Amino acid sequence: MEHIATHEEHSGGGNKEIIKVTIILSVLTIVELILGFWMMGITSPGFRLAIKGTIVILMMAKAFYIVAYFMHLKHEVKNLIMTICVPLLLFVWFIAAFLWDGNSFRNLRNTFDPHFKEQSTIIVPKKAEGKEHPAEKK
Amino acid sequence: MSTTTTATTTNLWTGGKSPFNVEYGKLMMWYFLMSDAFTFGAFLISYGTIRFSTNGWPDPNEVFRSFPFAPEGVHAPLVFVSVMTFILIISSVTMVLAVKAGQEMNKKAVSLNLVLTIIGGIAFLSCQAWEWNHLFHEGAWWGRNPFMNADGTASSTNFTNYFFTITGFHGFHVFSGVIINIIMLIMTLTDQFEKRGHYLMIEKAGLYWHFVDLVWVFVFTCFYLI
Repeated sequence: MEHIATHEEHSGGGNKEIIKVTIILSVLTIVELILGFWMMGITSPGFRLAIKGTIVILMMAKAFYIVAYFMHLKHEVKNLIMTICVPLLLFVWFIAAFLWDGNSFRNLRNTFDPHFKEQSTIIVPKKAEGKEHPAEKK
Repeated sequence: MSTTTTATTTNLWTGGKSPFNVEYGKLMMWYFLMSDAFTFGAFLISYGTIRFSTNGWPDPNEVFRSFPFAPEGVHAPLVFVSVMTFILIISSVTMVLAVKAGQEMNKKAVSLNLVLTIIGGIAFLSCQAWEWNHLFHEGAWWGRNPFMNADGTASSTNFTNYFFTITGFHGFHVFSGVIINIIMLIMTLTDQFEKRGHYLMIEKAGLYWHFVDLVWVFVFTCFYLI
């Protein structure tokens, strides 16, 4: 059985690179967690949104490092990179359109559906912790 | 340029040379992973849409605040899930090392790193099983949501439905990844790859395993952090 692909070139992917990417991924995760802990004490909605945006950017960076180095995509030929990455551009529309739509739906309901608005302002009493076990009630 | 196409009259690719310089199986694994990315993307975007269309949403730091062997009522958000995240990252690293050892035809290193990867996968699944069990006993399940919104208002079951569906789907991917890795380990130990003369199968299993890690990066961020 002759395999053409056995002549694949394995440029990159040395031990040094693996260690480097592992450290980068760990640092990015730790920064994300620090931001997450920090965000707990913050109440300003705009500031929270900015932190959430930063976390999403860090998430994209982690995704890039996993795909490019661990999945080796950066070292493949350009045709393969393009055939994987170009279809994923659909996500740009996908995310923007649907989140926009969700947001618009909330605004419409808050404006035209008084019941919906009212339901989301009623404060419910806090349940006693560890006392109730609704799972056992069935 | 066209030295090879002069003999043929068709415009279609006639083989002989891979345009992507990878073998067939690996290319198909990439295509499969791309389709899987759209599946997970659809799930997560649907979750985002519903969250954007609701006024209140439960605070993840209130919901995911416990860890195994912790006393009742402990408040330790993000601790357990960061352990899970690091388990998956480390198992991804050992998988890279297994792939690399395969390229060097080093059977011993391949087996060792595959075993480590499998242990990492099982550890992650155990963590998830504990968390699901814990949440179930707090009253959370599909169609049941004991947690209130962050602003103290009553919440819908959207939160738990999405949480269990998406982490369940991801957990199932981890589970199948562990099964694939176990098969790879058996094939390595029975010298199947030595007979073939290459360890390319490990690379395909590796791609799948890294994808599982990749999806967790998104699930972790969307459910636990923001």
